[in-house]
Amino acid sequence: MAETAAELARTRPRPVSLTWLGVVPFMLFALMFLIVPATLLMIGAFQDPQGNFTLQNIANLNQPTIIRAYQTSIAISAASAFGGALLGFGLAYAVALGHVPRWIRPTMMTFSGVASNFAGVPLAFAFMATLGRTGLVTALLTSIFGINIYRYGFNLLSFGGLTLTYLYFQIPLMILIMTPAIDGLKREWREASSILGASTWQYWRMIAFPILWPSLLGSFLLLFANAFGAIATAYALTGSSLNIITILLFAQIRGDVLHDPNLGYALALGMILITGLSNGAYIWLRSRSERWMR
Amino acid sequence: MKRPVIGPWIAIIIGVIYFLVPLIATFEFSLRMKRGVYSFEAYRVVFGDPNFQASFTYSAVIAIAAILFGILIVVPTAYIVQLKLPRLRPLVEFITLLPLVIPAIVLVFGYLRMYNSSSWIPLTNSVRGTDFLLTCAYVTLALPYMYRAVDTGLRAIDIRTLTEAAQSLGSSWPRILFQVILPNVRVAVLSGAFLTFAIVIGEFTMASLLNRPAFGPYLQLVGANRAYEPAALAIIAFIITWACMGLIQLFGGGRQNATRR
Repeated sequence: MAETAAELARTRPRPVSLTWLGVVPFMLFALMFLIVPATLLMIGAFQDPQGNFTLQNIANLNQPTIIRAYQTSIAISAASAFGGALLGFGLAYAVALGHVPRWIRPTMMTFSGVASNFAGVPLAFAFMATLGRTGLVTALLTSIFGINIYRYGFNLLSFGGLTLTYLYFQIPLMILIMTPAIDGLKREWREASSILGASTWQYWRMIAFPILWPSLLGSFLLLFANAFGAIATAYALTGSSLNIITILLFAQIRGDVLHDPNLGYALALGMILITGLSNGAYIWLRSRSERWMR
Repeated sequence: MKRPVIGPWIAIIIGVIYFLVPLIATFEFSLRMKRGVYSFEAYRVVFGDPNFQASFTYSAVIAIAAILFGILIVVPTAYIVQLKLPRLRPLVEFITLLPLVIPAIVLVFGYLRMYNSSSWIPLTNSVRGTDFLLTCAYVTLALPYMYRAVDTGLRAIDIRTLTEAAQSLGSSWPRILFQVILPNVRVAVLSGAFLTFAIVIGEFTMASLLNRPAFGPYLQLVGANRAYEPAALAIIAFIITWACMGLIQLFGGGRQNATRR
């Protein structure tokens, strides 16, 4: 022990302090704009307005409006993550292994890069112009097929409409994550399995899927967290008429409802827990899947 | 290979329809402002709107400030972690992933608690202070992307040899960082910068809750009050995002090909 300490002291006399100094700005920034603000919220969730410890805020989450907001948020995030994962995987598979012309793949990847970042308010505008009451597709469906989708219960400003809108950035994100994973399926595995007499179904069930499932599940969780924290699209699309957790928190911060900041902290704590769990699981699954992707 | 390739084509056709139809519909809608004829009237109105110019300029300035500040924080850290303190890597990577875990709305809520007018650091008291807070908020949002871009860039070059060469020629540390390392990872830094710009330029939640006249809140306001201008703005925003990604491809793609061959 003493020897190693002495050795350390001898080999790194001055540069040590200098080296550590180099990461100080980053650590300071992380503390000031990530860790402390988040921690303060989490502490606030367990305090009353006077600063005393209490579990009342957590208990106050048990209101029909709040429970329903969490439920709707989770349902929309799960639905858009599931749809995005399914369709995104289909497209990633098609461009990676589908024997389609070569130019399709780079085009699709570039477009995915753009579309996965095309979120927020403008995305809401695009879908209003498409599937809103006066949108182009709504109008075309009415005039050509005589189907007024709004008369059949479709509403862009609802669960289904928001899920459909979210898919616009969920699918591309899935394509971006899954294409490299599918590329990681080695040609030799497929050849070996077919030499041993496996059918395509058997190859997928016993080789490809077991290798891909951590990436698949992990991507689903990432997509879920991605949709769960989103607000701009939903807010621009529905105003505050749709009761999802981000819009509720937004209104709470603005001071429109609830009038209880500590309850707001509890709302935020619930959100951090949900996105934290799904992101944590994603990171764990990704490290598992990377074993095969070398 | 034996089977016909119909499945992938179906997937691609569905994908193309889903992705292109909203763009076409939005574009068509944006041209309908003048009754009975297609025109670029909505675009003319948007570009002529002083609030558009002001909010876009404001957001662009904040974005550029966030990019510069982000580079200043990320490049030295990624460099030192890779060269000298590999033990810190898990911690630093964990921190850079945090903005993906904590939703933006929660983060800004935390800022409002930490930096409000009755706190120790009352940043929200002044306009400049709030601008600074928004800049830092955007640095945080972009941190995962910026860090990964720079870290990947640093891995692609031999920073150890470069550093030793510079040291033996008598360079100081700041000089090594900014005149030797930074120019060698400029492609990675640029792609991080363009990605940051694309994420930040239309950001709504943080700007709105910090009450700053940024492009995102402006978009939302127009969307709530106008009919055709939002469609035009959506097309403009799409083109901006496309330009940022295109520039990344232009810089990054050329480099990748060069190193592969």
